[in-house]
Amino acid sequence: MSTNWNRKDLLGLRELSADEINFILETTDAFKQVGTREIKKVPALRGKTLVNFFVEPSTRTRTSFELAAFRLSADVINISATTSSLTKGETLKDTARNLEALHADILVLRHSSAGAPQFLAQRLKSSVINAGDGAHEHPTQGLLDLYTIREKRGKIDNLHVVIVGDILFSRVARSNIFGLTKLGARVTLVGPSTLVPREFEKLGVTVSNQIDKVLPDADVVNLLRIQHERQRKEYFPGISEYTTLFGLTKERAKLLKPDCLVMHPGPINRGVEIDSEVADGLQSVILDQVTNGLAVRMAVLYLCGGIAA
Amino acid sequence: MQMDDKKHSASPARTSGVPIMDAEAIRRALRRITHEIIEQNADLKSVVLAGIPLRGVEIARRLAAFIRDVAKIDIETGTIDVAMHRDDVGTRAELPMVHASKLPLPLEHRTLIIVDDVLFTGRTARAAMDAISSFGRPARIQLAALVDRGHRELPIRADYVGKNLPTATREQIQVRLQNVDQEPDAVWLFKE
Repeated sequence: MSTNWNRKDLLGLRELSADEINFILETTDAFKQVGTREIKKVPALRGKTLVNFFVEPSTRTRTSFELAAFRLSADVINISATTSSLTKGETLKDTARNLEALHADILVLRHSSAGAPQFLAQRLKSSVINAGDGAHEHPTQGLLDLYTIREKRGKIDNLHVVIVGDILFSRVARSNIFGLTKLGARVTLVGPSTLVPREFEKLGVTVSNQIDKVLPDADVVNLLRIQHERQRKEYFPGISEYTTLFGLTKERAKLLKPDCLVMHPGPINRGVEIDSEVADGLQSVILDQVTNGLAVRMAVLYLCGGIAA
Repeated sequence: MQMDDKKHSASPARTSGVPIMDAEAIRRALRRITHEIIEQNADLKSVVLAGIPLRGVEIARRLAAFIRDVAKIDIETGTIDVAMHRDDVGTRAELPMVHASKLPLPLEHRTLIIVDDVLFTGRTARAAMDAISSFGRPARIQLAALVDRGHRELPIRADYVGKNLPTATREQIQVRLQNVDQEPDAVWLFKE
C-alpha cells in the first residue's frame, strides 16, 4: 500500500488537507511505537543529512528535531544564528544554497521572519521543514497538539478547544487554529483584546475575553506562553494583571470539566499563564505533548525526507 | 508484500489476470503450512506469528486459527512493520505506508515466524529481520509465504511456502484476501 503523500516540504498546516493531516497523525502512531522498542532507532533515513538551521533561539524544538533525526538514523548538523555567516552579512538564500551544496537533504528552519521557509522551499531541492517562522506557523507544534488531543480524547471532531493568551504573536496558535478547524473542532480564542483581535473570527473561530464563561464548556485548554521577548508594554498593563484576568490559576481550574485536557507548548511561565498545581495536575498533558512531539517530527521527517528528490 | 506489487493495491482490470489460486487452494496451502509449523516446532507455545502488513497480518491470523484447530494451542501473533526498515527510501517516487509494529515481548527464547503473502526479492524479509532485531533477540526466526515467485536478490529462503510459482520478473503477482481487500480469496498472475 502506498501513500498519497507527495510533499517534500512542511511549511504550515494552512495548505494541508484534512486527509493529509490525518495521514501524518496515523504515520505518527507507527513512529511513536519505535520509542517503546529496546533499540529506539530505525534505518529509515540512513545516509540522509539533516541541517537544523535555527536563526531564532530554541532548545526544545531543536532538540526534538535532532532526536527525531537520530532515531531515523539521519546525520545532523546544528547551525544557530550566532554560529552562521548570517552575522557576517550573508543572505538567507546564500547560506541555504551553501548548505545544499554540501548535500543537505532536509533543512529544518526556525526564523524570525514569516515566510522564510516558503522562500527557501521554492528555491531548494532539499526538503524544508518549518520549525516556526515569525508569528506565522509552527506546523509540527500544531500537529503534536492535534496528536495529543486525538490520543487522549479519541477524536478531534466536535471537541471544544480553548486557546488562551497571546494569539496575535503566536505561530503556535495559528497552526492550531488551521489544524483544529480542518479536523472539525470548535475553537475559542481567549485573551486581552489587544492580543486577541476580533479579526481572528475570519478564520472560523470564536473570540472571547471572558475566560470564566468559556472554561466550563472546554474539552481542551491550550495555554500559550506570554512571550516577554516579543511583548511591548502597550499590549497589556502587566503580568500580574494578566494572571488575574487570564491565568489558569488553581481556583480557575475548578471551572474545568473533569476530563478537560490542559495543554501548553512550553516553556511554561509558572505562576503567570498557569499555576504550578495545574501544570503538574492530573489534567495536564504537557509532558505527553513533548513525547508526542518527537514521534510527530519523526513522521514528518520520514514523509518529507523519504520522497525521492 | 513484494516490492513491485505495491503500486497495484487498487484493482487493475481483472481481464488481464490469470488465476493461480482460488479460495480453496489458499485454504489448503495454509492448512499444509500449519502442519509443517507444528512438525518443525516441538515447543509450539514459544512460536510467534509475525505478519507483515497488510496481507501477511491476515495470513498470520488464519494460520493461528488453524493451529488452534489442529493443536488446540493459542499461539501469539503480531505485526512487524518493514516500511521504516527498507533500504530504498528516497529512491522511490512513492513511500510505503508505515504501520505500528506490535510484538509480544520479550522475544528471547521464542521462535518468530515472519509471515508474508508473496516472497520475491527477499528485501522485505531482510527488512523484517532488521526490524525484529530492534525489539530483541528471538531464539529463531523462520519465514512463511503464501507464494514464492523466485527472483531472490538476497541469500534468503522460506521455511514454509504455500505455492512455488516460477515467474518472469516483469510479471505481477497479486494476492487478494476477503478480510483485507473485500474481494474473494485469490492469487492472480498479471503478465505485463
